[in-house]
Amino acid sequence: MTEEPAVLVRDVRKSYGELKAVDGVSFTVARGEFFGILGPNGAGKTTTLEIVEGLREPDSGEVRLLGESPWPRNVKLLPRIGVQLQASSFFERLTAKEQLRAFGSLYGVSHGTAEEMLELVGLADKADVQENKLSGGQRQRLSIACALVHDPDIVFLDEPTAALDPQARRNLWDVLRAIQERGKTIVYTTHYLDEAEILCDRVAIMDRGRVLALDPPAVLVRGLDAPTHVTLQKGLLSAVEAEAIDGVDEAREDEVSLTMSTRRPAPVLSALAERGALDGLQVRTATLEDVFLGLTGREYRA
Amino acid sequence: MTAFRTLSLAMFKGFVRDKASLFFTFVFPLLFLVIFGLLLRDAGGEKTKIALVGDGPVVSALRDSGALEFESFDDEDAAVAKVKDGDLPAALIVRGQRVDVRYAQSDQVESATVLGIVNGFVDKANLAATGQPPTYTFAAEKVEDASLAPIQYLTPGILSWGVAVSAVFGAALTLVSWRRKQVLRRIRLAPVSATSVLSSRLLVSTGVALVQGAIFIGVALLPVFGLKLSGSWWLAIPLLLLGTTAFFSLGMLVGAFTKTEEAASAAANILVLPMAFLSGTFFPVDQAPAWLRAVSNAFPLRHMNDGMLDVLVRGKGVEALLLPSAVLVGFTLVVAFLASRVFKWEE
Repeated sequence: MTEEPAVLVRDVRKSYGELKAVDGVSFTVARGEFFGILGPNGAGKTTTLEIVEGLREPDSGEVRLLGESPWPRNVKLLPRIGVQLQASSFFERLTAKEQLRAFGSLYGVSHGTAEEMLELVGLADKADVQENKLSGGQRQRLSIACALVHDPDIVFLDEPTAALDPQARRNLWDVLRAIQERGKTIVYTTHYLDEAEILCDRVAIMDRGRVLALDPPAVLVRGLDAPTHVTLQKGLLSAVEAEAIDGVDEAREDEVSLTMSTRRPAPVLSALAERGALDGLQVRTATLEDVFLGLTGREYRA
Repeated sequence: MTAFRTLSLAMFKGFVRDKASLFFTFVFPLLFLVIFGLLLRDAGGEKTKIALVGDGPVVSALRDSGALEFESFDDEDAAVAKVKDGDLPAALIVRGQRVDVRYAQSDQVESATVLGIVNGFVDKANLAATGQPPTYTFAAEKVEDASLAPIQYLTPGILSWGVAVSAVFGAALTLVSWRRKQVLRRIRLAPVSATSVLSSRLLVSTGVALVQGAIFIGVALLPVFGLKLSGSWWLAIPLLLLGTTAFFSLGMLVGAFTKTEEAASAAANILVLPMAFLSGTFFPVDQAPAWLRAVSNAFPLRHMNDGMLDVLVRGKGVEALLLPSAVLVGFTLVVAFLASRVFKWEE
């Protein structure tokens, strides 16, 4: 028996009137992969995800989850997928543990799993706190736990880190990594490019209903052939001196710093080290934001 | 089965922890019961009291019948003065064989009542004096009529209303809030049928209705209010369940039509409040004008009310449940069908 990919999406389209929300999207996700769908608001990420989850019917195209079609509502498939929705969907006035038990009961899961999930998302000490008294990050983690409570093979997360403070985001990353370590396939949307770069095995960059690029983040960035920016504290070197260094393409000065762009950072950095001019050194390589800029010609705005 | 049980328990906990809904479910209708029960406690059933001077066989017969109450005076002038002052409607003056009534003109209804009663007893005494058997016979028998003591119609009325309100609001608000918070979507993504989720919510509503029934009737039975239950009161239980289901489906329809909690409670109020006033919750609908009675027949609450009244206080049997049950079941089927047609999983 050959193993089907976890997710297979082939030329899916969905229009709302004139608006082509999803305009010919194709991708596959292997089992155990951490797959990110990136893009600004309105790029079609959520619609794509909802079609894949079987919540919406595509106008055309094909979707297979573990070899099965999710549309129309496929009861055989449902226990194998876990979905966290964009809003925090909870039952009224139940504690964290009761929420997990209630959602678990929809799948016939035993009560013990609730405690295990609370442990996994770091909410064990909040088990008896009502959902509306949790912080934003805690609610987000609880909703992920609710998506996992029936031990699904594929987990869909829609912007789990949106509207979280940096610390809460980082806590959540640990949770997401722990989920992947359990062998789950994760498909998630985000508009934080830096986050996707850290977490995802592969990313699909979407804009205006289309997939513009699909590769591991490092490959996308490397393929961009974008220069590396080396920044120093102002006053160590002049712009003219900087441009004379072998490998520096261009140097610019502003009130506080000197920035050089280079495609060969190694010789530039050793030249700087020789001169002892390393104060305030920052090296910024290209990021997915640069990839987005290169693909669309637009600055990335989440 | 376990999903059904856990969900019912979850929804029950959610309900119990909501102070506002507890108030509107139990305390608010109870307030109406207490206020109206106390306000109207002394209304109706009171006997007319008249002044009395002298004594004789007619007076003894009147006293035995209990039809009138008397305040005795030694002196005719004092008795008539009481009537003139408007304190008493009439004075009965008995001198040997002669029976006089002096009455106040202002209250003709009450005077006519007094005159009729006294006249009747005088005629009876005359007939008895002749020693002849009566040519025409007359027999009176007591009939359980519509004129119940206030607590007797208030209790079934407020019970039906309270149950209707909490079933409609419970269903409508749950549905709308689950749709808004995408709980419905989440449920749709689980291998469980919408019916089992709905029926667990319905189970909570019926449980609540039974508790409401126990509390309201329990309070009305207190000596201050003095509710007297008929022997067939337990027939109210099936009626309570049918009524809850009917109004639960009405709530589902409201919840299917509305998008926000605010709109849902406004719509539910618009449906339930006029229905309560026109269906005899706060006053017996039999005393209402004919057109209103005709209109009220269109409301399921009217029939639930009638049924409750019949089995709780009028002592009617199972046959009294037939019409209300048929109406409630029919209403449930039609409204639940409509609700299922307009139902939306998401906004």
